[in-house]
Amino acid sequence: MNFLKSPWPWYVAGPLIGLSVPLLMLIGNKALGISSSLRHICAACLPGKIPFFQYDWKKESWNLWFVGGIALGALLVLLFLGNGEPVALNPSTIAALRANGVQEFDEILPGDIFNWGNAFNGVGLLFFVAGGFLVGFGTRYAGGCTSGHSIYGISTLQWPSLVATICFMAGGFAMTHLILPPLMRWLLL
Amino acid sequence: MKNLKFGIAGILFGIILVKAEVISWFRIQEMFRLESFHMYGVIGSAIFTAMLGVLLIRKMGWRSMSGEEIVVRKKPFTKGNVIGGLIFGLGWAITGACPGPIFAQIGSGFTVVFITLLSAIAGTWAYGKWKDRLPH
Repeated sequence: MNFLKSPWPWYVAGPLIGLSVPLLMLIGNKALGISSSLRHICAACLPGKIPFFQYDWKKESWNLWFVGGIALGALLVLLFLGNGEPVALNPSTIAALRANGVQEFDEILPGDIFNWGNAFNGVGLLFFVAGGFLVGFGTRYAGGCTSGHSIYGISTLQWPSLVATICFMAGGFAMTHLILPPLMRWLLL
Repeated sequence: MKNLKFGIAGILFGIILVKAEVISWFRIQEMFRLESFHMYGVIGSAIFTAMLGVLLIRKMGWRSMSGEEIVVRKKPFTKGNVIGGLIFGLGWAITGACPGPIFAQIGSGFTVVFITLLSAIAGTWAYGKWKDRLPH
């Protein structure tokens, strides 16, 4: 029980995440990929007259069950499997984020950024609205995300997925080192 | 009810994502600052395990539960892998989430991430709308 409640080390969690690829193949001949769910939601709710959203999304509804399950699984951890401890970060990460204005380190996300009070100000505009838009636009343009390209794509030896993953990382490094620090200092300090 | 098994697989996947702390905004910052091996270990060992699993399925000639031959969907190379990839990377570092973790962050009680989700859906919609004008 103690093990279930503590965070799992990478060498336990990583292989378990990886097993989802053969698992989905065996239970339904499906390819792991989560960003497609965003496309199915568009096709179901706001297809417009856009060809990209005119397909039978119901045939892909397994994907929506899968992401619904992800949210439910996370809720189960919150209710029964958490230890309520802050994430054990490298102290230099904490120091750098503090210098940029982050003050709360006791949950999985900084509570001083990710709260409803920021939903309609500059902080929210950057972290939820702009950030979310880039995630949705970028993953669809790239044809997948960390699950579809980095895990499924690379493990099935598809070189375009390796290219996409390298670009995911390059974008992340650029944001973390060049763009985010001045923006955070401006918005949070 | 044929989709229930995917719901259960999703629950397991969600539990693992949270216990792995890969849904943590802080862990994503730490990864891009190269101050921890954690995320690289998770992603690397996930790819390695998935590769072994796929290899085993191929070697043994296993079929899916419904008896179908297991197919791997080929992902063609497009310029979007590069441009879209860079754009997603920028968003990943801001939100601390790829699409899977967005759902897990909401389930973990950060209900405001629902706005991130709506925005990600809007981004997907915008891509669909203007797809033909973008380089591919």
